[in-house]
Amino acid sequence: MKNIWIICRKELRSYFASPIAYGLMAFFAAIAGYFFYVATAIFVTRGLESQMMGRGFPMDVNEWVVRPVLMNISVIGLFLIPMITMRLFAEEKRSGTIELLATSPVRDSEIILGKWLAALILYTCILAISALNIALLFLYGKPDWRPILVGYLGLLLQGGALLAIGTFISTTTRNQIIAGTATFAACLLLWVFDWITAYETTTWAKVMSYLSVVTHFEPFAKGVLDSKHAIYYLSVIFFGLFLTARSMESLRWRA
Amino acid sequence: MIKVESLTKRYARTVAVDGISFEVEKGRIVGFLGPNGAGKTTTMRVLTCFMPPTSGTARVAGFDVLQQPLEVKKRIGYLPESPPLYPEMEVVEYLRFVGRLKGIPKSAVDRRVDEVCERCAITDVRTRLLSKLSRGYRQRVGLAQAIIHNPDVLILDEPTAGLDPKQINETRRLIKSLAGDHTIILSTHILPEVEQTCEQVIIIDKGKLVATDTVENLTHRLRGSETVAVEVAPRDGALETAEVQRRLEQVPGVSRVIFKETRDNRHRFEVESLEGRSVRGALARSVVEAGWDLVELHATALSLEQIFLQLTASEDGGAAGGKP
Ligand SMILES: Nc1ncnc2c1ncn2[C@@H]1O[C@H](COP(=O)(O)OP(=O)(O)O)[C@@H](O)[C@H]1O
Ligand SMILES: [Mg+2]
Repeated sequence: MKNIWIICRKELRSYFASPIAYGLMAFFAAIAGYFFYVATAIFVTRGLESQMMGRGFPMDVNEWVVRPVLMNISVIGLFLIPMITMRLFAEEKRSGTIELLATSPVRDSEIILGKWLAALILYTCILAISALNIALLFLYGKPDWRPILVGYLGLLLQGGALLAIGTFISTTTRNQIIAGTATFAACLLLWVFDWITAYETTTWAKVMSYLSVVTHFEPFAKGVLDSKHAIYYLSVIFFGLFLTARSMESLRWRA
Repeated sequence: MIKVESLTKRYARTVAVDGISFEVEKGRIVGFLGPNGAGKTTTMRVLTCFMPPTSGTARVAGFDVLQQPLEVKKRIGYLPESPPLYPEMEVVEYLRFVGRLKGIPKSAVDRRVDEVCERCAITDVRTRLLSKLSRGYRQRVGLAQAIIHNPDVLILDEPTAGLDPKQINETRRLIKSLAGDHTIILSTHILPEVEQTCEQVIIIDKGKLVATDTVENLTHRLRGSETVAVEVAPRDGALETAEVQRRLEQVPGVSRVIFKETRDNRHRFEVESLEGRSVRGALARSVVEAGWDLVELHATALSLEQIFLQLTASEDGGAAGGKP
């Protein structure tokens, strides 16, 4: 436990010592802010229209603003995650510092968990920026806070799962750029699986649809907490970290 | 303290370490000598549990590197070929991180960092970024991280490679000063380094053990013969290289004549004597008597290759003759 935290703190320190963390935050703040603005604008115009037609104001903030914003954020996440995980192991392998970690009295699992946790914490910090947007809604309206919480839980689970995959990919190369590109490709693939499957009904299509990260996020965005989907994300996290451990082990044999 | 038995490490295509065995007693400074590609780094990586051996065993302080890697790692300080530094960290911050990683409790780590900074003479760069350090300082911070948890065994991979002569001297002195408290293995491909720093030497070549001995015994054994550089020029006209070579080979006491180069009609050779013979006088006489000019004649230090040639020749294949 203690070792995980030691590794995690070192990773966080590296993230925040370089422009990466701030760059990602700024990038995210701009894009997420833009989507929030668009969603709110649509909501307001539609609301005014229906009011003028004499139907009162029956539109739901959660449905018209929170849900599309959460869906957008989950897609932006696909772009952020490769940037967060690409350096985790690739850079240690390139610079040789992996020799320090691997010859210190800590377990591989502690190194992996520490790094993954640091990535998750950075991702959470980035998501927190969008929470500021959502908080604005509470100033002007009365959105239901429970679906929002479930939505953020979904974002964290999805982030954790993709970060685990990215962590694994980062162990397979000593080149950050390759690690980042491959992780981006993997994220994209898991995302587009959902499109392919929209027109297919074969078993393969069902498998691909099951693997798609987006399929599993939708319920969270709607504010529905379904253990089936949470379990999907948790198993991807477990599987990704397990692969990372195997990869580290084989690195030792080949080194 | 360290016991290695028929250790073999095979990579995909090469056998980097081939069945070597040796022992190191507590408190010794041992030089691990061999040319590039001999398998020094590989052996050290097995000892530090960075990679497992293909076969054979290695034990550190009684713990097997495969069975109890965590126990071994607690007792080893390791300085890899290039110091494992994080460029974005400050010196003190880095040492604190390594200290915590090696299991020093939070309450003790600051004091320990101060101690190793003092010991490795890096106190003046405590708050400098690691990326901004000169080579000599990087090496010293590398040493500081290796000793921070006061390990029983220190493993240093070519600690003086790439340093300038002044830094080399400082580093050697520092390593020597650490000897009292730690068992030290350092690798090098430079013979004088072993002579100056170490008590015991382990020589490997192409993954095989060539010899292990005390430094005294080894230098004594090697002093037996001498190597001489000879440069000969004709007094006038031309001169055949082969003719000179034949004449030098006939000088009594000469075991081998190696042709080096011919430039401006000057022929350069390297001559090795038989054991216990000094041949410089006889060589000079022979050249002059042949009516040639002796342009240069001096004894050269033994190169590492020659040592390997001698050791492998005198020990009948070498690898088997390595018991201390
Ligand atoms: N990771 C590796 N993969 C494949 N071959 C390697 C690897 N590391 C070293 N070797 C090979 O093993 C041999 C020994 O290398 P090394 O232990 O680094 O020697 P030294 O440190 O004495 O120079 C060399 O032939 C080298 O090419
Ligand atoms: Mg080496």
